[in-house]
Amino acid sequence: MGLLTFSGGIHPYDGKELSKDKAISVYLPKGEAVYPLSQHIGAPAVPIVKKGDKVLVGQKIAEAGGFVSANIHSGVSGTVKAIESRMTVSGNKVNAIVIENDGLFEEIDFSQNIKPLEEMYREDVKEAIKEAGIVGMGGAGFPTHVKLSPKNEDAIDTIIVNGAECEPYLTSDYRRMMEVPEKIVTGLQIVVNLFDHAKGIIAVEDNKPDAIKKLRELTKDMENITVNAVKTKYPQGAERQLIYANTGRQINSSMLPADAGCIVHNIDTIVAIYNAIIEGRPLYERIVTVTGDAVNDTANFNVRLGTNAQELIDAVGGFNIEDPGKIISGGPMMGKAMFTLDVPIVKGSSALLCFREDIVSAIEPSNCIRCGRCVEVCPGRVMPNQLATMAEHGDIEGFLKYDGMECCECGCCSFVCPAKRHLTQIIAGTRKQILANKKK
Amino acid sequence: MDYTMKISSSPHIRDKETTTNIMGKVIVALMPATIFGVYNFGLNALTTILITVISCVIFEAGYQKLCGLKCTVKDLSAVLTGLLLALNLPPEVPFWLPILGSFFAIVVVKQLFGGLGQNFMNPALGARCFLLISFAGRMTTFTYDAVTTATPLAQLKAGESVDILSMALGTIPGTIGETSAIALVAGGLFLIVRKIIDIRIPLSYIGSFAVFIVIYALATGRGFDTTFLLAHLFGGGLMLGAFFMATDYVTSPITPMGRVLFGVLLGLLTFLFRIFGGSAEGVSYAIIIGNLLVPLIEKITVPKSFGKGAVKHE
Repeated sequence: MGLLTFSGGIHPYDGKELSKDKAISVYLPKGEAVYPLSQHIGAPAVPIVKKGDKVLVGQKIAEAGGFVSANIHSGVSGTVKAIESRMTVSGNKVNAIVIENDGLFEEIDFSQNIKPLEEMYREDVKEAIKEAGIVGMGGAGFPTHVKLSPKNEDAIDTIIVNGAECEPYLTSDYRRMMEVPEKIVTGLQIVVNLFDHAKGIIAVEDNKPDAIKKLRELTKDMENITVNAVKTKYPQGAERQLIYANTGRQINSSMLPADAGCIVHNIDTIVAIYNAIIEGRPLYERIVTVTGDAVNDTANFNVRLGTNAQELIDAVGGFNIEDPGKIISGGPMMGKAMFTLDVPIVKGSSALLCFREDIVSAIEPSNCIRCGRCVEVCPGRVMPNQLATMAEHGDIEGFLKYDGMECCECGCCSFVCPAKRHLTQIIAGTRKQILANKKK
Repeated sequence: MDYTMKISSSPHIRDKETTTNIMGKVIVALMPATIFGVYNFGLNALTTILITVISCVIFEAGYQKLCGLKCTVKDLSAVLTGLLLALNLPPEVPFWLPILGSFFAIVVVKQLFGGLGQNFMNPALGARCFLLISFAGRMTTFTYDAVTTATPLAQLKAGESVDILSMALGTIPGTIGETSAIALVAGGLFLIVRKIIDIRIPLSYIGSFAVFIVIYALATGRGFDTTFLLAHLFGGGLMLGAFFMATDYVTSPITPMGRVLFGVLLGLLTFLFRIFGGSAEGVSYAIIIGNLLVPLIEKITVPKSFGKGAVKHE
């Protein structure tokens, strides 16, 4: 049998050698910390502090605004300076709690949150995860406690930890696997034990053999956990593709992973679960890779949420060019281009990727030559060339008929297109429009 | 600090392959056949090739200039069309014939329908068929070593014997670029290895054609006749057509299954035209008819999207 994988996908330059050997280092913010109230999917959180309040590290400062929502905790100690609208990485202004950092990093007593695991019921564990404000840290930010409460709990038989890290340049998950593999394994055990019939899989791309070896050694005596090497290919870590590679089960856009008996968690999310349950520490920090050819040095920082992005750039010695061409929050395939560095690190920020040159803005799209490369690489098995043409012509009916909604916006089609058409962008725009019309 | 970073939608990286690169690689892949053609037929062949390529480029640039369109000759597609058309012409043609053909290929077939990517049939083949119909005599007179001779396929049709080895090498009469099966296969394999063309089309085209020929030979009492089979594979424009014409992106199906179906359809049509048609050759017409059916083929071979019809796991 060959390696576990899916059909389609691409092999871009991965750039991981820039930062993969940089051990995680703690970065403590110097300036103010900003906490947007909406850094997860669902209702915005509601502030429970007011201007002038003194807060400590780990203190809850905003409460979930509904079931699908998440608490927010401070990563610094200091005084609440304002609750005002602030720019976020997505380019939207969002209501945010701004804390004047006193630089002392005084913590609340985390031991009060700890209960011996054997004394916790499943509901207690889920409640603790909810209380800790944990959301999917791969970028989408779906509240973890909601993921862990599927309609039919008996159908869940596989918990997959996504250690694929298929996005080029990103190394935060790799560093976590190398440095705290035991936290990942224990965190996964905690989740597996929430279900009667579940077993755990840690899926890692085979370009990280040292991480696979470490995790396999740790889990060799555990019957309910396996470590799967999956083929190195983007987007191996896309949820649907990962589930298929590991279980052979397919889901479409109208289904949830739970419909395939699976729950998928990001590496950092699993570590956050460990921190919450075992150490009593809520989610107030994450790993951020700072990399690219425009920075003087690279790093994998353990960063307090709320830290200003500019501080992290300064921490690696700044840029080696006066004006970097492009700065991306996240990876180069699905990350967001930033127009300002004056934004806070949030729960879903995995990287700051800095390029000297931007190649996309120099591109002039030309006619489709129908080479079929996009069809070949599309992991959703749709026809990006057709969909993009239909989208350009406003042919919504045709777009739906050709399964345009099955596009996961992974970017493979745009990447390979020799005519340099902005296929993903065109298709994604129409998908958004259709989804927005549905809601009306 | 203020920076002026660029903003765009993801993805932020792109593959190096461009339309121009691809066209360039196809031109390189045609070089063995082109060079052999010049060696085989002499300087007349070279003159014809140059006239065709240059006039294709001029027609493309001229039309775009005249219509106020962006000039796209830099993408090399007009060069490729010119080269392909030249390789499909007999070596001894009056100078105006390739120019007329180039006009038909570039202006009528390609530009009038919207330029690169919009043409409904292969421009080079469209022009060849246009010339074949309009100037049947000039287009089917093949001189070889200063003597007008019949092509091996015509000889085969007339029941005469043919030399397989010289057909494989290409030291036979025919159009400039079609004679050497070895040079064409070498170029075709280069394109397959470099992932420029999909092996599905040449494989299913040549494969299905061979099957039909074998069945025909068996059914007509020839028995399993290797000479007959090889002569049909190496003769005429099959190799040039299968590797370089049928695989033209614009006029072949984009779906994987569609490509197989397209190849088999071409195999069948070529077989019918060659065996039952009036002329000894049928590749050009087969591919052109196939081109016209591409939209229909694509419609019935749309791939199944990931997870379509998936059932809930209980």
